[in-house]
Amino acid sequence: MTPARLPASLAGNLLLIVALLYLGVLVALPLVVVFVEALAKGGTAYLAALSDPDTRSALRLTLLVASVTVPLNLVFGVTASWAIAKFDFRGKNMLITLIDLPFAVSPVIAGLIYVLVFGARGWFGPWLTAHNIHIIFAVPGIILATIFVTFPFVARELIPLMQAQGTEEEQTAISLGASGWQAFRHVTLPNIRWGLLYGVLLCNARAMGEFGAVSVVSGHIRGLTNTLPLHIEILHNEYNPVAAFSSASILALLALVTLIAKALLERRHPELRSGIAQRA
Amino acid sequence: MNTTDRATVLPLGHQGRRHRTFRVLPGFSLTMGVTLAYLSLIVLIPLSAAFLRSGSLGPRQFWHVVTAPRVLASLRLSFGASLVAALVNAVFGFIIAWALTRRRFPMRRMFDAIIDLPFALPTAVAGIALTALYSSNGWIGRWLEPLGIKVAYTPVGVVVALCFIGLPFVVRTLQPVLADLDREVERAAETLGASGVQTFRWVVLPAVWPALLTGCALAFSRSVGEYGSVIFIAGNVPMVSEIAPLMIMTKLEQYQYADATAIAVVMLLASFGLMLLINGLQLWTQRRQRTRS
Repeated sequence: MTPARLPASLAGNLLLIVALLYLGVLVALPLVVVFVEALAKGGTAYLAALSDPDTRSALRLTLLVASVTVPLNLVFGVTASWAIAKFDFRGKNMLITLIDLPFAVSPVIAGLIYVLVFGARGWFGPWLTAHNIHIIFAVPGIILATIFVTFPFVARELIPLMQAQGTEEEQTAISLGASGWQAFRHVTLPNIRWGLLYGVLLCNARAMGEFGAVSVVSGHIRGLTNTLPLHIEILHNEYNPVAAFSSASILALLALVTLIAKALLERRHPELRSGIAQRA
Repeated sequence: MNTTDRATVLPLGHQGRRHRTFRVLPGFSLTMGVTLAYLSLIVLIPLSAAFLRSGSLGPRQFWHVVTAPRVLASLRLSFGASLVAALVNAVFGFIIAWALTRRRFPMRRMFDAIIDLPFALPTAVAGIALTALYSSNGWIGRWLEPLGIKVAYTPVGVVVALCFIGLPFVVRTLQPVLADLDREVERAAETLGASGVQTFRWVVLPAVWPALLTGCALAFSRSVGEYGSVIFIAGNVPMVSEIAPLMIMTKLEQYQYADATAIAVVMLLASFGLMLLINGLQLWTQRRQRTRS
């Protein structure tokens, strides 16, 4: 039973306003407040906060982690989707589910499992200590945890894309005398390059922004094992909002660039969008 | 589109040729070997460590750890707040998806792009930004405080952060389904005298129901394990606003590895159950989409 019936256009406009308000207040405002708070004491304070040596080393570590993580998961993503999309075998759906597994695991648990394997009291802990190899509370642990949380990004982007493209073109190339590598390099790769870029974009955003998993394995040693997101937490806990939001603004800019690049890619290649919908 | 045309047309037209030139592409054993090795090393072996380690506790000890009042309260908060946030996003996510697919308005592309912000913005940044907005002197908090509504450092803050994190899952799952929905059916319902509410209840909702459920399940699943965006705004008061992932973190910091692992195993089992449920829901959605088109 509807009370006084609203004209359809008026009801529609009301709903539109509700939608834009919710988006504006819940989603857009947090982005705006990052920049406003970062610049609250003026541009000089902002630049001073960014030139702090600890902030710089945190940024360097974040870039290092992403530069190791993204290429590894890129190679894995291409390899896995070649095996999954171009061949038929039993247990394929099971394999895809297993690749998706890291999406279902809490970041804190992602960090925890590496502590259980490589930590001082973990499986390999005694052996690692005896050989003076540091993984947990050191950079390798941060990289491992980041690889785990960004593990499915490229693969999940490429699998549906390569499945839709089939194997006809590669088979033709090979029947014309191309080697497997040549078929991949000259036929498959041009077909998947935009999907690849899309996957790398999302993988990189997560790799540079990961907090929970890295927080468990980092040990929070300033200037050594502090990534930019962890550095933001420390500054926030020290009641230093300008410094915290200044560092945050770098990551917020990264998020903005990612969003814009993603929107441009989707506009030119609408098929990319269907993949992401299933797991955002 | 193109690819589906090719898939349906070629096998018929080229069947003879296909049989003559059919060759299995090279590289299966290499790519499969690398895939399985990397998957095992990065995901499967470390994850199995959690289950094996929790086994060292023994069933009684395990039960004792996960039913401790503080742990139970944290689990209840993580699952409860995630459920509330998923329901809130079901309503607003639907309205947003509807507005973006059915209405033309200025800056529509920008609003559409910003849906993914919670996905692209690092969780720690979202966490401190939400805290700044909803604390008692923040842009939003200062309006809510006189009304007696406290958001930051309460369970309400947890729900707000989880609404932020979960929104893209609901909107992005609904958008393609709403776009595919035949508008003629809605128009016909309206021509026959159905009100907006009736059209929604009897025409739109039955069609998008599986997608709406899938989106909410995805958002819920992400929210349960969410850490970075929540811990800043939650205040982390034991028994009140302490989420389960933080409980694991606290146990780890006190070197209670076995306890931390026990809580992790409970959450992992819930996550795997949710994952199976989501897979089932997605199959249902796809089947519905296929019979419709």
